Amino acid sequence: MADKDDKSPIDLSRRTLIRSGLVAGGMFGFGFAMVPIYNVFCKVTGLNGKTDPNPYNYNAETAKVDTSRTIKVQFVATKNTGMSWDFKPTVTEVLVHPGQVGELEFVARNPTEKQMIGQAIPSVTPFQATNYLHKVECFCFTTQTLEAGEEKVMPLRIIVDQALPRHITKLTLSYTLFDVTTMGERTLAS
Amino acid sequence: MTAVTDTTHHDDHRHGPAKGLMRWVLTTNHKDIGSMYLWFSFAMFLTGGAMAMIIRAELFQPGLQIVEPAFFNQMTTMHGLIMVFGAVMPAFVGLANWMIPMMIGAPDMALPRMNNWSFWILPFAAVMLVSTLFMEGGGPNFGWTFYAPLSTDFAPPSTTFFIFAIHMLGISSIMGAINIIATILNLRAPGMTMMKMPLFVWTWLITAYLLIAVMPVLAGAVTMMLMDIHFGTSFFNAGGGGDPVLFQHIFWFFGHPEVYIMILPSFGIVSAILPAFARKPLFGYTSMVYAVASIAFLSFIVWAHHMFTVGIPLVGELFFMYATMLIAVPTGVKVFNWVSTMFRGSMTFETPMLFSIAFVVLFTIGGFSGLMLSIAPADFQYHDTYFVVAHFHYVLVPGAIFAIFAATYYWLPKWTGHMYDETLAKTHFWMSFIGMNLTFFPMHFIGLAGMPRRIPDYALQFADFNMIASIGGFMFGVTQFLFLFIVIKCIKGGEKAEAKPWDGADGLEWSLPSPAPYHTFTTPPDVK
Repeated sequence: MADKDDKSPIDLSRRTLIRSGLVAGGMFGFGFAMVPIYNVFCKVTGLNGKTDPNPYNYNAETAKVDTSRTIKVQFVATKNTGMSWDFKPTVTEVLVHPGQVGELEFVARNPTEKQMIGQAIPSVTPFQATNYLHKVECFCFTTQTLEAGEEKVMPLRIIVDQALPRHITKLTLSYTLFDVTTMGERTLAS
Repeated sequence: MTAVTDTTHHDDHRHGPAKGLMRWVLTTNHKDIGSMYLWFSFAMFLTGGAMAMIIRAELFQPGLQIVEPAFFNQMTTMHGLIMVFGAVMPAFVGLANWMIPMMIGAPDMALPRMNNWSFWILPFAAVMLVSTLFMEGGGPNFGWTFYAPLSTDFAPPSTTFFIFAIHMLGISSIMGAINIIATILNLRAPGMTMMKMPLFVWTWLITAYLLIAVMPVLAGAVTMMLMDIHFGTSFFNAGGGGDPVLFQHIFWFFGHPEVYIMILPSFGIVSAILPAFARKPLFGYTSMVYAVASIAFLSFIVWAHHMFTVGIPLVGELFFMYATMLIAVPTGVKVFNWVSTMFRGSMTFETPMLFSIAFVVLFTIGGFSGLMLSIAPADFQYHDTYFVVAHFHYVLVPGAIFAIFAATYYWLPKWTGHMYDETLAKTHFWMSFIGMNLTFFPMHFIGLAGMPRRIPDYALQFADFNMIASIGGFMFGVTQFLFLFIVIKCIKGGEKAEAKPWDGADGLEWSLPSPAPYHTFTTPPDVK
């Protein structure tokens, strides 16, 4: 405002227009920037129970078993609206020591008469445990293609981290199965 | 030398507005554009109001009688969208257009051609939005907050038109806001320092900054929806790695400042009218300015209080709860300042004053129910019930709408040169006041008792209160035709208005003759 005297109101207004327009444009960009900000925030805090979409790098040292406590891991399978597959785990819970590999299977069957692609999305409750539940092998890392009437047994191998807070003794891993036939095959991590 | 060219330039325009319809299409005059904004807003108010009447008619009795549930969903959605983006926001921009140049001693808005453009986008956007109701699959039916995936995976095909309508409405408000900022920062008369500006100008300056900060975020949100629907992206589709909760964060990052965009200019209007009819200067001008700025700042860090039930961590619930409660402090400053302004004043109760006092009382009731909603553990009970509906209608109807009525009656003599019919106007006030309270007060009770919002039917025990609410709603609705009649009557004729018809009024606009000439302050006034 200091140079108000030597500039005409038209120049000043044009300058305000450009500056405000840049703010508006910047905020449009910020709206999109909220997507990665949100994802990083969720990843760090484990909010929304989003687990790592990549396989856990298993090695013997990190997997030293903590036999002093036993964790109950429960499994839930849900189908998203409009998903026609049969989808369920073979057992609904496993008991593991932290560091020990827990293994089970999920069964999916496509009862329709056409090929379909499904994507399972994991979620962990309580969310504070999200970053301590590792998946060595999971059908959720990629999409699953099933031919008409095909049934598939899909293995799941998990490790509960030794650093899991001691007050957590039970956690739930929930999968929601989405029909992504129209989106095509891909991996979730990409 | 410049004086000579200036004179010839002025002579070109001094004869007043051009004749015929093209005057309105081509005009760059702030008064013309202000009037068009206000008329447009009133047309949208009646359109959105008609939808509210359908909602209240359906809810008059339990059971389904009048409309299909699918159509009921479209009515609740469109009522919200039209009232927010079509009625309240354009009405405030219209008032800003009319009054801000006259209040700061400017000849016109700073960017008059952009002003014309930002108005003329509106009718097209509104027609596009309303036309979705007649398309295959119907109009938007996902609530005015259009949460994904309801508005993406499960939305009617017309959603694409809805998205473009939101884009256009957003562009219009951003241009309007930039124009207001440019006018206030650059065109103030010599001597009109920032801290001498009327509060209506101050509140609008802050509102305009809120608009350019959050309308683009809304544009981003609907653009992401568009890409999810048509281009196979997965911003909000969990199956593709996105997250529907992200939508709610982006939406409410826009949405919470948006609710202040709809109330801050009201604060400015009431701060002009209360001193005029209490015949005392406004109590605590400086604290009013800082209170508005604080409210605007806080509005950016409280958005997740709309999402207490989606499953955010305890720390988040506590942060957003306390931050929300903090807003009560600057708001309380404002309410106490208004009360102090009236205290021991020589009050008279002309219609603008009646609407303004009703604003203070009823907006405070809405503020208190807002405080109740801000308590995170209690919100789990209130969430998505009629208690929320009662809350936001108490802050929007007596808040935004009553302030717009008050402003219209207060400045109508300046606009038209005639006094409005005081008896009819008082009838309009009392009918609106009683109708509004009959409609929304019972909703507190049925909300606390558990009646969910946006559902066309309800359990039998809510029948009596719903019938009362519907009767109040019809009363409020019908009364608005009286308002239209009063305004038209005032334009056509009536008692001649003096330059300053309210003896306690203060401000540069009252130094101009009534009606205000087509061109005002072509030479800047002297501000003491």
